This record gives sequence, structure tokens and C-alpha cells, in this order.
Amino acid sequence: MRKRTYVGNIVSTAATIFDGLAVTFSHFVRKPFTVQYPDRTEVRVQDTLPFRYRGILEVDLEICTGCLACERACPIDCIVIDSKKDPQTKAMVLTRFDIDLAKCMYCGLCSEPCPTGSIHHTPEFEGADYSLESLVRRFVKEPVIAYKPKKGPEDDPQIKPLLDRGLRYVEEFAQPEGATPAAADESA
Amino acid sequence: MQSFLDSLIAQGYFAGVPTEVVYAGGMVVFGLIVVLGFILNVAGVTTFVERRVWARIHSRVGPNRVGPQGILQWLVDGIKLLMKEDIVPAEADPRLFRLAPYVVVMGFVTTFVVIPFSSALVIADMNVGVLYLTAVTALVVVGILMAGWASNNKWSLIGGIRSAAQIVSYEIPAGLSIFPIVLITGTLSFQSIIQQQGWAPHTWFVFHSPFTFVAFFILFTSALAEGNRTPFDLPEAESELVAGFVTEYSGARYLFFFLVEWGNLYVIGALVSALFLGGWQVPPVTDNLVVLNVLQFVTFFVKSYFWVLVSMWIRATLPRVRVDQLMTTCWKYLVPISFINLIGQAALMVALPHGSRLLQAAMTLLGAAILAYFFYRVVFHLRRARPELTFSPLS
Repeated sequence: MRKRTYVGNIVSTAATIFDGLAVTFSHFVRKPFTVQYPDRTEVRVQDTLPFRYRGILEVDLEICTGCLACERACPIDCIVIDSKKDPQTKAMVLTRFDIDLAKCMYCGLCSEPCPTGSIHHTPEFEGADYSLESLVRRFVKEPVIAYKPKKGPEDDPQIKPLLDRGLRYVEEFAQPEGATPAAADESA
Repeated sequence: MQSFLDSLIAQGYFAGVPTEVVYAGGMVVFGLIVVLGFILNVAGVTTFVERRVWARIHSRVGPNRVGPQGILQWLVDGIKLLMKEDIVPAEADPRLFRLAPYVVVMGFVTTFVVIPFSSALVIADMNVGVLYLTAVTALVVVGILMAGWASNNKWSLIGGIRSAAQIVSYEIPAGLSIFPIVLITGTLSFQSIIQQQGWAPHTWFVFHSPFTFVAFFILFTSALAEGNRTPFDLPEAESELVAGFVTEYSGARYLFFFLVEWGNLYVIGALVSALFLGGWQVPPVTDNLVVLNVLQFVTFFVKSYFWVLVSMWIRATLPRVRVDQLMTTCWKYLVPISFINLIGQAALMVALPHGSRLLQAAMTLLGAAILAYFFYRVVFHLRRARPELTFSPLS
């Protein structure tokens, strides 16, 4: 360290300010790191998130079996499902499938027991709204017949992609992407 | 300005009106033109430019949403402040509290009377211009003390007292570092000081002798301190004093204080470029008076605004000094050095009454060498970090 003399102080002041200005000037020509969310990103932020990102819940009613596993699993009861049996066809009919997103804590426990992967998280996370009521997602607009798993492979071209996606979603809970089986055992 | 009005009177435009009334009306009109057309815009745009420059130094983007590249941000901010309620605290001294911003603005706006924008474009070329400028800037202290006292708030009071102590102290090195120029030129008029310089850098007074070179930096430092500018912004040190003397102000009056703060940057730039950097001097390229004056105005504006940018850059670089450090810097360092400077310049003028071309060339080379070493250091820091570079000011 320079001895603190009168001239030494002046010299060190000038030298340090000079080099400080050089450092900040070098920062002046660097590219900003700012990500201009939401409207000026190169790709939508939602598209950069992983497959199993726990965003807002969604239900594919086409492959929902109406088993109520998600309703039972939900620790805060934000899922409400009503179903009844159609007296003529004896088929299960879903009359209500509500998820209160204001209550949901995004734990993912509902999508784990789902046999078809019908209820799943999406990468969508922009859920701001003006009232609590509008945060209740009502998936059943009019009563629908519950999905009945086939013995063989699914052949309906409209349902097949949904089911494939759902099963992949469920499988990845047991075997997360990138995790080795040994590591999965250890954590279990 | 007076000659312009005289020519209008001679042409019979104001027949039957007393000359004094014409002069008074002319002053009001010119004042409005300068304030509305120049000062408000420069101060406002400076707030926006400062935020953008500062952001880029922080590797951020800065305001870029209001208008193209955020250029209208300052208008939005100003309108928002004008719309806000003008609150006078119950325990404050209401008359002084209301008056203070106007005193501060007065001390700032009247400096534009002598600022030489070009060889013809100056409101009044006073023969005591430099003295006048240092005198009216002292009026700002009165306003700040008024604001601090009338707010009846300890933060405001400490801010006001600090500001007064700071400005009064730094007036001395600022004045003393103007004197070498006055010694060389033998005049206090801005126009004659500029006329004795040339357009080429080696004829500027900053490179006239080693003493003027040092005086330039002392003047710039003291001017920053007088403008309550980082690193000397103790009167409004957020971490200690909330906002100093502006703590209790809101709405339009708050706006006035910040108009002065940012407008002062331009005055600082104009002062140092007129005294030390050749002012509006341009190469003799044209005989057309209008074109020449436009060129001169642009040159002067660019030179002045460069120093505004430098003060933003300093603000992004240096931390705020402590009160004792502030006073140490002034009384133990700047004041003695500027005295030595003044005596040195006087001695030099006795030895070399007409200046020395060799000395000028040597000082110009020294300046160029410092600049070159500076860019060498910048490149050194960039090489070490290997960042992604961008030279576009847009985002």
C-alpha cells in the first residue's frame, strides 16, 4: 500500500478514478443482460420451460376417467368433481370439474395418481385476474361421458395424441427426465 | 439581443411605444423562448438520457417503452409530477416553503443570460459574464437553505445546511480555477474569452499551460460539487437524509428542484467548454452568417453535452463521499492546489508573456496520451472479461 502522503493521496485519487472510469466505460459498450419480459423476448418464456413445469392446472376431459383420484389427492380440496350414471347407457357422465386456482398451491399431487395423465400442469404461469371468482376454472361446460380405457391400444386419432402425452407425463413422475434409476431409488 | 431590438425600433415596428417597454417586452419574450424552447427540453431530455446511459453502464436497458426508444419518458414523468397534489406540511413555514423552488429556479435560469451559444446567439454578452455566472449560481444556495429551513424537518434542514456548506466551500476552488483564464485573456466576457481561443484543440485554454490543464479538472470537480451532483450529492443522500431538502416537496415544486439539478449539468458543461474548450469556435468553412451560427451552436451544444454525459458516467462510477471527506477534498486539496495554480500561471505569464507554442503542443500531446492510455485500459478490461459487445445506443 502506498504511504499516505499528501502527494500520494492526490496520485492515488487520480489513478483510481481514472481506472474506475475505464471499468465503467468498458461496461457501457457491453450488451445489456435484460430480458424484456413479457413482450420482447425472442421466444415466449412459457416455451422455454421444461415439460413437467408446474404451472396452471389443465384437464383434458376427453381422457378423464372420472376416477376422482385427483380430488382425493388434493391436500387443500381445490378440485371438485361431480359425476353420475346415465340411466339409459349406464355410462359415467361428468357434470362438474372445477379447479379453484386461487387455492391451488401447485404441489402436483393431483397429477401423480391420474391414470391417464388427464389432469396435468401446463407451463402457463400468467394467472393474474381481477376477481377470485374468475380464477375458478370450470372445465365441464355441458355433461360429458367419462373416458373408458380400452383393452388394446387406443386407435381414435383424436384421443391418441392426448393419451400419449398424458401417459408420458405420468411416467416422467416415476422416472424424471435426466435422473438415473439409482438416484430415483435413493430419493424414494 | 439589444441590437436586434434596436434594429426593429429603427425600422419603425414599435412606433409610439417607449423604448424601455420594448426592451422589457423583448426580455420577457426572449426569456420565454429560452426557458420553454431550450432549458425545459434540455433538462427533461437529460433525465431520460441519464437513465439510459446509467442503465447501459449497469448492463441494463433503461426506460424504452414510452414513444420510440422511450424518448417521451421525461414528458410522462413531468406530466405525472405536475398532476400530483402540491402539499405544504402543516408545521412548515408556508410562504418560504412555497417561495424556495422559485428562488432555486431563478438562480439556475438566469445563468442562461450569459451562456454563449454562438457568436451571435447570446442573450447578453456582459463584460462581467464569468463573475455574473458565479454570482447567480450562489442564489441556488439561498433557495436550498430556504427549502431546508421552511420544511421544518430535520432531514431537510441537515440537507439544506450541508448544501450551503458545500456550495460555499466549493465556490472558492471554482473561482480560483477560473482566474488563470482571466489572467490569460484579460477579460471576464465569455465571448472575448472564446474569441481568444481557436477551433483546433491545441489552441484551447485547457492545453495552454500545465496550470490551466489542472485548473480545468478542479473547475469541473467543483462545479459538480456546486451542482450537488454525485459523488458530492450529500445534501440529498438517500441513505441518510431521505431526500434532503426536497423531502417535504411534492408535485410541481419537486419538479422545479429536479429541473434545476439536471439543467445545472448543462450549465456546468457550457461553463467548462466556453472557458477551456474553445466554446463555439468552428473551422472557417463558410461565410454565410446563419449557417456559421448554426454550426457554432451545434459545436457548442455537443461540447457542453459531452460533459453532461461525463457527469452521468462519473455518477455511475464513484461512490458518494463522506461529509468530512468532502470538506477535506475542498479545503486541504482543491483550494491549495488552485492557489498554486493561480500563482504558477501568473509566474508563467511573467516568464512567457505571449504563451509558448511548445508548451501548448506538449500539453496537447499529454492530453492525447492520457486519452490513448484511457482507451488502452478500457480495451484491457474488455479483453479480460470477453463480454458480448454492442455499440448501438438502441435496445
